[in-house]
Order: sequence, then structure tokens, then C-alpha cells
Amino acid sequence: MASSVFVLDNKGKPLIARDYKGDIPMSAIDNFMPLLQEKEETEGTAAPVLFQNGVVYMYLQEANIYLVAMSRKDSNAMTILQFLRRLSQVFTEYFKNLEEESIRDNFVIIYELLDEMMDYGIPQLTETKILKEYITQESHALEIQLHPPTAATNAVSWRSDGIFYRKNEVFLDIVESINMLINSNGTVLSGEIMGAIKMKVYLSGMPELRLGLNDKTMFEKSGKGFYIILLQNLFSSKGKAIEMEDVKFHQCVRLNRFESDRTISFIPPDGDFELMTYRLGIQAKSQFKQRSTANNVEIIVPVPEDCDSPKFKCSTGNVSYAPEINSFVWKIKQFPGSKQEFVRAHFGLPSIRDGGPEKRPPISIKFDIPYFTTSGIQVRYLKIVERSGYQALPWVRYITKNGEYQVRMPEPLKDPTGTHLPRI
Amino acid sequence: MLKKGENYELRTELNSEYRERRKEAVRRVIANMTIGKDVSDLFTDVLKNMQTDDLEIKKLIYLYLMSYAREKPDLVILAINTFVRDSEDNNPLLRALAIRTMGCLHVFEILDYIREPLLRCLRDNDAYVRKTAVVCVAKIYELSKEAADEHGLIDIVIDMLSDSNALVVANAVSSLREINDIAIANGQTRPVWLISDSSVVQLLKVLNDNTEWGQISILEALVDYTPTKPRAIKICDAALPRLQHANSGVVLAAIRLLLEYERFIEDQEIISKYNKKLIPPLISLLSTTPEIQYVALRSISLVLKKHPLLLSKELSLFFLKYNDPDYIKFEKLDLLVKLCTENNVEKLLSELSEYSKEVDSSVCRRAVSAIEKLALKFGDSAEKCLDVLIEIIELKGIYAVQQSAIAVCNISRTYTHLGNGKIAGVVVPALYNVYDLIESDPNSKASLIFLIGEFQSVDQDIAYELLERLEPDLLSEEDSVQLAIIHASVSFFLKNPSRAQQLVLKIIQGAFENCSSMDVRDVSFMYWRLLSSNPEIAKQIVLAKKPSIDCFTGTEITEKELEEYLAKLGNVSSVVQILPHKFLPKSGQTPGSAVAGSDSSDMFDHSTLEEQTDGQKHSMQVDDEPELLISF
Repeated sequence: MASSVFVLDNKGKPLIARDYKGDIPMSAIDNFMPLLQEKEETEGTAAPVLFQNGVVYMYLQEANIYLVAMSRKDSNAMTILQFLRRLSQVFTEYFKNLEEESIRDNFVIIYELLDEMMDYGIPQLTETKILKEYITQESHALEIQLHPPTAATNAVSWRSDGIFYRKNEVFLDIVESINMLINSNGTVLSGEIMGAIKMKVYLSGMPELRLGLNDKTMFEKSGKGFYIILLQNLFSSKGKAIEMEDVKFHQCVRLNRFESDRTISFIPPDGDFELMTYRLGIQAKSQFKQRSTANNVEIIVPVPEDCDSPKFKCSTGNVSYAPEINSFVWKIKQFPGSKQEFVRAHFGLPSIRDGGPEKRPPISIKFDIPYFTTSGIQVRYLKIVERSGYQALPWVRYITKNGEYQVRMPEPLKDPTGTHLPRI
Repeated sequence: MLKKGENYELRTELNSEYRERRKEAVRRVIANMTIGKDVSDLFTDVLKNMQTDDLEIKKLIYLYLMSYAREKPDLVILAINTFVRDSEDNNPLLRALAIRTMGCLHVFEILDYIREPLLRCLRDNDAYVRKTAVVCVAKIYELSKEAADEHGLIDIVIDMLSDSNALVVANAVSSLREINDIAIANGQTRPVWLISDSSVVQLLKVLNDNTEWGQISILEALVDYTPTKPRAIKICDAALPRLQHANSGVVLAAIRLLLEYERFIEDQEIISKYNKKLIPPLISLLSTTPEIQYVALRSISLVLKKHPLLLSKELSLFFLKYNDPDYIKFEKLDLLVKLCTENNVEKLLSELSEYSKEVDSSVCRRAVSAIEKLALKFGDSAEKCLDVLIEIIELKGIYAVQQSAIAVCNISRTYTHLGNGKIAGVVVPALYNVYDLIESDPNSKASLIFLIGEFQSVDQDIAYELLERLEPDLLSEEDSVQLAIIHASVSFFLKNPSRAQQLVLKIIQGAFENCSSMDVRDVSFMYWRLLSSNPEIAKQIVLAKKPSIDCFTGTEITEKELEEYLAKLGNVSSVVQILPHKFLPKSGQTPGSAVAGSDSSDMFDHSTLEEQTDGQKHSMQVDDEPELLISF
């Protein structure tokens, strides 16, 4: 697998590195940045897997930091990139943010993490919660020393023994993000709901949880606008198979059990984690015809970089010009379903303009709708069983919000008589 | 020198009588090492601090050793005692740390000393120590196959495939697979470990209880196994639930296994049942971070070569998003053409024409060339594609126009009826209308000139006008454009002998008298002879039907290559499409690097050790340099 892993600054200078195999000189990393630039010049873009002079570079970029793995073999690129992604998550969970300064300040811990998370290029333990039990910012004398948590090698590698809470509680958040790509004439090109069940678990001991969802109702049509293909097909093999859906589970969920009888059963990690994500297709022209009210609606409309003297008029909310993102932003606190609002924006443009083609970023829309899921998914029960027999309270919240909700801009705003934006 | 000064100061601190100062000094040494300063001089002073009960310091010193052991192999001996003692410590964390680090020192000096600790750790009560020790075996094997054989280490690892702990099993699998790779790279023809029926049972048993990384390892190992049909089905059923895993590596490894096992299952009904289950996870891979998405798209493209219709209904999921990085956009454009069927050509065309309005030249060009590919792929839709290209030309985006000229040229060669019809009648005038945009791009210019000479039904005034306009600057054009001008002028002349005689003479004569390019001179001379000897034969030759363009040949991989790539789905080879065996073997079969492995009799003879390590270092540099070590 990976021969070495590097954290680089945005100029390609190594901040910290770990050589796992010793089969590639560490100085080979000096070729990475030039290679990246060369690719960008010749091909217009540098893919995340590059091959040069017998060295494979796999990388990802996070803010101003590059995480790079080198290999000499035909390694599994998917696994290595997924590992780098995890590495960045662990660093973020340890140091709040991943940036040059936090890397430099914490080099001791980072070395320890790199040593623990990968051995001879093979990914090992990558659960932050478990790592934090024996790799900590405070140094320890060996007498009160740290042992590897049993979870490090257990079948339940994500939860430690002996957790105790006076009050046992579980919070479940069901968050649905709507991804929508709408053409400039208003037709929906593609749309999907990305759902996630996020949990905060404050439970003592080794609790067994079983989650029941409303796999009947949630699979029927809901609302007027969205025709939702729901999880029925997914959770029961009956019914016609619709191919657009998928569920992904946290590693704590017993996948075999789910495969055989569709039960979601698991021993949860302690604290925050994402239990499952699911994906549903949206088929139909979408107009919001739900009875719910959308909150904190923000419509961001891009305008040419060189425009000036903005004037706005709108039927509700307020509009402001945001030159730093070359857009105007229309904010509406509350937007009841099936209402229509309008905004009119005037801009001046310099009379002489560089005639080159203009970038046309899409209009993006942000919103959230509390107490509502577009798919209609509901938690029917959450059973919590622990040896000591305590009672635990589950709390459930639902929210729908925008994902990548974008409307393409029509032809460039050249027409002096004004351009009509599509109805959203 | 400042550096020397600092190291001097650190040396004093490392030998300080105060614990805290020594600790701080060790930290500073590592900090300096991290930013690339040479602190190898402090080797012995750092080592003095190795015996400590402070875990942080111990880890840092171990790290120091890993970095500099190869430079000071003789001094490593000084550390061995502490390593051995640590490997017997009460704390499993420390035992594992010691054995892990010893394996990473890459010096032959440790081979003698690591045997006992390693054998002990392989049998340790604590799974954490065992899972570390089992990986250490691969490190020892890489250092010296003989040492590993002598201690029977490989057999011990194979036995550990039935360890009670799932993680140990997974690491044993990973370790054995690494050992196989090393053996093959060293020129061995047979792998050291072949997965046996009984180990398959073991692996399936622990698949569920493993970490995500362990699951990947096991799934990958199973791909190399040759099962009977019922067993193949059993294994596939065990792999299916992995498709629901949040880790994309697990998902792709499961997909790889399911695809590979098709040939053992043979039963079409079962295969298509499995294939259906692949669709949702394949699509979900598109909602991941860009770098994961990239590998997913490259993999999907291979899967589609095997099962072309698998995702044909999901076209719109591959539409470009504004924020996609370009490498994602390029992959998606390729896939869109592949996925497109007669039923959704129109949908895709309107989407592609949208992309052709992009500011980014490469996205825009690729979008237009995708339209061309659709035209070549679906004859019935070629005319619709042309209509879209005409709209694009009329929008006057420079890159879109340039690429459209090239696209139209290729389409005209495949569909001559369109060439003489819509292309000559509508597209050529439209292109001529925006000639100032085309002018700067030789390929595009050559394409337009070709069109003008090729088709009888092109407005002959336009053709004449353009050739006349090009003639004076002939010599400053690129070769490809010169050739196009010569060819077009000859075909124009053959169609309008009276009108173009003067012009064609000027062009050909100018070319063969003054052109610097040999090719262009040859061609113009050939035309000269042809025209002066027999115009009728010239007509037959010059106006003959040209072979059509196939933009898909040459880019396609062979059946056999496809199989190899699918067997490594998600691996670097399949992502960059370089056959697996073309990756450099680890140490090559070169005489120099054989030193490390073959001379076992001398291996433990200390008098020759230094020579050997030198020899090995030497071989690293010399043998690998042309391929790899460009700047070292």
C-alpha cells in the first residue's frame, strides 16, 4: 500500500511526513508540486492520482493543506484516498482545524497518530474517539500509563468499555438535504434527497440499539410536488425495484442483519456520529407546494464583476449587494410554501466592457425547513437495551435543508433591457 | 555555522542532568528533523535518553531512530537492548511499539536480535501486540527473505489466519499479500501464499467483525481465489452487505469481488441479480468528496465497458455541476457519451450545448467534441447534432466555435450526405461568418479549409474568397494548415478549372518553391505533377471518397486489458490505465539489488555487513535511477 504520507503546505513544502516503507526516497515529494503544475498547464487539471518516474502520488487538498501518499506499487487508490480523507478528519477532530499552524504546533501528536493509524502502509485504527483514549495532548508517565483500549482490537472497535452517564439519553437528528439542478428555463435536470441520521449518544455501558423506521408510509407518495420514490423498495425486496436509492451505514451497524431482515441494529459509538445516510431520487418538476414554511431562505444571484450602483425592490425580505462574491443576496426569514415573491434588481454596467465570455455561476438557494422531512421518513421506535437495564430517553428531530440547490443562469446579462431570471 | 551551533547546544541539553531539559531537547531535535534540518550527528546523545518511562519521549526517540538508522547502522546496536526490553514490557502498547519500530529500521543489524522478540510477540496474549507483530513479518521478509524463512515466520503468519481476533486475521492477510508482492518483485514466479479453501472459511467468518480497512483487505484477497460455483455464490452473498458500508473503499472492493466472481457463477440469472444490486452503490459513490468521486468515475467507466447498459437510465446523475473540479468534469463528459443511448441523445445534446457556453476552454472544447462523438455514435441523430453545433457557432464563443469546426469536419467525413447537404449549405457559411474567431487555431482553420475544398455544394464564392484570402500568407501558416490549403485549392480547381487556375498555380508554386517543410514541398510537388500530367486521373484521385473518421478507435482498451483492470478495480493501475505489471518491481531483477536477498550465508556475518548495506544503497541508486530517482 502507501510507502509514505506527507502533509504539505500550499506551496508543496513538507510540514510533516512519515516514511512507512523506505522504498521511495522522501525527496521524491519535491517532484509533486511541479508535477501538479505541469498537469494543470498541459491538461488543464491535475487528477488526484498521478504517476511519474515510477512513483504514484495520491493526494487531496483541504484548505491550504495537501495530504499526499506516495507508492511504488499498484496500490488500491480508493483505499489510500479514503485513508487520507480519514486522516484529515482525525486531524480536524484533534486540532479543530487543519492548517499550517495547527500542524506545526502539534507535530508530536501528529507523529503519534501517523504511527498508530498506519503500519507499513496498511491502514490500522482510524477512529478518533478510540485514538483519543491513548494518544492525548498531555504526556503521561509510564507508571500511570496508557494501555491500548480494548476497543482497538475488539470486534466493537468504535466503543470503549466502562462508559457511564448519570442520565442516559440519545438524540437523533434526521437531516435531509435537497440537491437540485435546475436549468435556466426552469426544468429540473436532476434532483436527489441526501438524508442522514445523525446521533448523539450519551449511554452507559454497552447498549444494544435497534432503530425502527416507518418503512410503510415513507414509501408512498408524499406531498404534491415531490414524487418520492421511497425506501419501500429498499427495505423490503417486494415491490418493483427502483434503482436510484441507496443506504450507507456507519460501521457499527450489523450489515448482515440488515441484509437478511432489514433490521438496523447496532452498538453505537459514544457521542456524535452519523448512523446512516440515504439517497432518494426526486422525479418531477419541483415547486415547493408543501404546507411547511421554509426558514432563513437565502437566494444568491450572481452578477457581472464590474457592475455598480445596485438598486433593489422586493416583495418580501431584504436584498443586499455582496460585491465580494459578485452576487446579490435576497434573504427571507420565513417563506410559506406555495407563495410567490419577487425581486427586481437594477445594476449599472460600464459602457466599455471587455467583450470576453463571462463566467456564469448558477443561482444558489439556501433554506431550512424544520420539523419536516421531504421523504416522509419517520422514526417509529428506538429500542435501547443494556445489561444494567437502565431507562434511556430518545429524542428525535427532523429538518430539511438545501444541499447543492442550484439554478443555472440564462444567457449572459448583455441585454440592456434586462434579463429575466427563471422562476425558481 | 549556525546549524552546528544549534546542534552543539542540543547536545549539551540532551546530556543535561535535568529530566525536563532533556525532554525539551528531544522535542527540539524532532522539531528540527521535521523541518528538514540534519540532526543525525546527535545520534548517540539522543540514544542515551532512550531508556525512559516517559512514553512521549520514547516515541519520539523511536521516530528519530527510524529516520536515521540507515545512516548509522552500526550505532543501532546500541539501541537494541532497550528495544528488546520494551518488547517484554508489561504494557502491550509498549511491546507493540517496540516491535513495530524495530521492523521499520531497515538495517540488517537487527535481524539477529529481532527473532526472539518477534516470535514472542506473534504469540502475545494481547491482540494489539499480535496484530502489530504479524505486519512486522512482512517488514523482515522485505529486509531478508532468508531470515524470514529461517525462522519459519511465514508459516506462523499463515497459522494466524485462524487467530481468534478479527483484526489480527486481517493484518495477517495484508502481511501475506505484501509478502507476495515482494516475492514477485524479487523475481519469484510463484506467490509465497495462495489462499486455501480453509483460510477462505476463516476469512469469511471474521469479515463482519473487522474494521473497514480489514474488510477491504479480506475482500481483495478473496478476489485472487478460485472458488467452485456454490462457494462463489456463498462468498458473493457474504460480500453483498458490504455494499452498504459508509467507506467507499469497502464498497468498491465488494464491487470488484462481485464482478470478478461472475465467471465462476456462470448462471446469468444470479449474475444479473447481483448486477442490479451494484447500481445504487455505484451511484452513491458520486456523492462523495472529489478525489473519491474521481476514482469512482474511472472505475464506473471500466464497469460500463463490461456491462454497458448498467447505468443507462441514470444519465442525468452524471451532468456537470458548476463546482465540480475539472478532472471530474472531464470524466463525466466521457461517461455521458458512453452512457447515452438513442433514447436520450436529445436530452444530452441540450445539456452539452449548455456546457459549450462555459468560460473554461477545456470544458467547452470537450463538450463540443462530445457532441461530435454523439453524431458519430448515432447516425440517426447526426443531423440533430449538427443543428446544435450551428446554434453554438452562432453564439460566437471562441473556443466553442473553433472546436465546432473540427467537429463538423469529422462528422462530414463519416456522413458525406450531410457534408454535401446541411454542412455545405448551412454550417460552412456560418463558420465563414465567424472566420476571425477560427483564424487563430490551426486545427480549426485546417478543418474549415478542408470542408470548403471537399464539398461541391459549398458556395463556390465563399470557397474562392477564402482561398484567395489565405494565399498571400501561405508561408506563415502551420504545416497542417498549408497542407489543407494546398489540398483544398487543388480540389476547388478540379471542380472549377476556369475560375481557379491562376490561384491554384500561385499556391502550389509558392508552396514547393518556398516552403520550409519537406512534407509540404513534397505534397505540392506531387499535386503539380498530377495536375500537369492528366487532370482526369487527378480528379479520380483527389475527389475520391475519403475514409470515414472513427473517433473511438485507438482510445479503446482491449478485452484482455479490461479484464486486468477490472481485477484491480480501484487500484492505481485501473485508475491511470497502466497495466499492473508495468509498475516498477520493488528491487528489480538486477544483480546489484540481489545482494539483499541472495547472499544469505553472509547475511549474519558482521564483517561483511557494512559492505553489503553499501552495496544495497548503491544498487538503489544505480539501478533505479533511470526510472525513478530523478533528483536524488
